[in-house]
Amino acid sequence: MKNKILPFSVIIIFGIIFFIFYKGLEDSKIYTPDVNTKKEIPVFNTKEFFSGENVKSSRIFEVDKVYLLNIWSSWCVPCRQEHPLLMNLNFENKLNIIGMNYKDNLKNAENFLKELGNPYKEIFIDLDGTIAIEWGAYGVPESFLIYNNEIIKKYIGPLNQELVDEINLLIK
Amino acid sequence: MKFLKFFLIVIILFPLSSINAEENDKRNKITKNLRCLICQGQSVYDSDSEFANSLKIVVDKKLQEGLSEDQIYEYFKTKYGEWILYDPGLNKNTYILWLLPILIFLIGGAIIYKSFIVKK
Repeated sequence: MKNKILPFSVIIIFGIIFFIFYKGLEDSKIYTPDVNTKKEIPVFNTKEFFSGENVKSSRIFEVDKVYLLNIWSSWCVPCRQEHPLLMNLNFENKLNIIGMNYKDNLKNAENFLKELGNPYKEIFIDLDGTIAIEWGAYGVPESFLIYNNEIIKKYIGPLNQELVDEINLLIK
Repeated sequence: MKFLKFFLIVIILFPLSSINAEENDKRNKITKNLRCLICQGQSVYDSDSEFANSLKIVVDKKLQEGLSEDQIYEYFKTKYGEWILYDPGLNKNTYILWLLPILIFLIGGAIIYKSFIVKK
């Protein structure tokens, strides 16, 4: 009887291990970041886009207001696609959209806004990409819905009509 | 006189360069343990993407601020989650990973002990 316990337990343990790894095979290997956790927005110093003046993040984001922070760049092709949606959001809902100009040439960025319109209430610049890291961003474009100095939701990649509808629901 | 000048220059430059090298080593070590999140399968050290380059700058800044290696990992963990580390710590999601080799080693040892040593 004693002799049988050992092989039996070995089989069970390896069975469990096999099961865990087999289940692991089915998991997606593409990392999907957690987008729903509430996080305090970071504190940082930056420069205003048009005037070049120094601004503090606390002056841009006020308590008790809803903001949409949009990271954009003139060299980013998907930003061009989502821009009309931002224009709409600004026009129809009076949502405060803040732009973060990411690693961009300022001349090109100005031309981008002249060509497609400016949906942003305020724009600040992130020349070396470090502020985006403070925000926990992955790249451009990316949008953060902010209320009461907390990130409610983040949208990685370009916005589409579905996500815009979701934002409209959330801000109501 | 020339020799003295040369000697002075060497003395002034030498410790500085070694400090720089040390900081570089530390930075390389940290960036090798950070996962580039948009170019998966590569570390931040290996990658040349916009994201990775910004992350390298942030690591440099944090090192200059005097943060330790663990504090820097902790900082990135709060921003991007555990996934960004290639060398994850022991917690409820990773305990199988950490304990499995020990478990297998113990079971294997027990089998060997039972079947070879006890039989003798």
